[in-house]
Amino acid sequence: MSKALRQLGELIQSAFSDTVDGFHIAKGELTVEAGPDRLVELMTFLRDNSECRFRILVDVCGVDYPERPKRFDVVYHLLSMHLNQRIRVKLKADDETPIPSVTGVFPSANWFEREVWDMFGVLFSGHPDLRRILTDYGFQGHPLRKDFPLTGFVEVRYSEELKRVVYEPVQLGQEFREFDFLSPWEGAEYILPGDEKADTAEPS
Amino acid sequence: MGVDTAKPAQGGAVLADDLPRDQFYGDLNKELSDKGFLVTNAEDLVHWARTGSLWWMTFGLACCAIEMMHTNMPRYDLERFGAAPRASPRQSDVMIVAGTLCNKMAPALRKVYDQMSEPRYVVSMGSCANGGGYYHYSYSVVRGCDRIVPVDIYVPGCPPTAEALLYGILQLQRKIRRSGTLVR
Repeated sequence: MSKALRQLGELIQSAFSDTVDGFHIAKGELTVEAGPDRLVELMTFLRDNSECRFRILVDVCGVDYPERPKRFDVVYHLLSMHLNQRIRVKLKADDETPIPSVTGVFPSANWFEREVWDMFGVLFSGHPDLRRILTDYGFQGHPLRKDFPLTGFVEVRYSEELKRVVYEPVQLGQEFREFDFLSPWEGAEYILPGDEKADTAEPS
Repeated sequence: MGVDTAKPAQGGAVLADDLPRDQFYGDLNKELSDKGFLVTNAEDLVHWARTGSLWWMTFGLACCAIEMMHTNMPRYDLERFGAAPRASPRQSDVMIVAGTLCNKMAPALRKVYDQMSEPRYVVSMGSCANGGGYYHYSYSVVRGCDRIVPVDIYVPGCPPTAEALLYGILQLQRKIRRSGTLVR
């Protein structure tokens, strides 16, 4: 399995040596790091090449790394039903320069890219209808960014005077309190019980 | 009032002597067959009618809706209390807000509530509808559906069991009987 993934990664890198920065295999999964320049071409290659045949775009999602200059990762997950393989394509992005939309290659990317735009504020050029998809009408900000406050900026209530639902600045009776001191998301230094088993067996 | 004027069957007559509750119905039946009518006051009649036909608006928003369905299924059988699910707000008397109410849904919830005809009641089901619950500090969730609509009964739980919701409905009936007037 790992050998097949390595061959696939090498194939992709040799075909797109100018735009693919590299690939690595972790936990039996192939990840390709690509640049935005020839993304549509790369996706078309992955879909149509007889060695790849990734016909299904499973997901497009975003990751935020606030400390980086290009702070976002846009991650594409592809599945090949023909060859029983999966691949992950990662792309670095920031909140100003748009990255090319792949809706022309995979129609399912339409709503996924709208979601990434909604949640992270990554722009996609050539998208047919780049609107918000999940958040409220007239919502401000991009909630999955690390610098977006948990409680947001507005809250709603029904106004008896105006006879409609109105938006007001958030007023909390009590601030959010975090009691989860074992959270692995907060950069914990220790090993959670059971975590020591994770790295011992590398699936091959 | 729907009481059968015909004489009770042989088996029923035996039971009527045994239980005090059936004594009451026996007296009622005797009075009705004797005079041909029953006397009550209008308020009792209205309350009886209201509590016996609490048609509820299905407003399932999240996992609580599953328990709401269970309440209506044969095991708990909400319909024996005269509470039938309605898909239209214009035909329903009580709205069961079952689940997390998001900011985006809030105007729609209010619109549905406004479309219901008087007298109308709201049952808030589950932690999320009661006060935001798990999502209390979220940027997209209303911190309690009582910020949008006036709530009569709060059913706690995450999600409440079907029994709990059933109990909530019975409490609502009780509330209507105790505090209901012709004009609410």
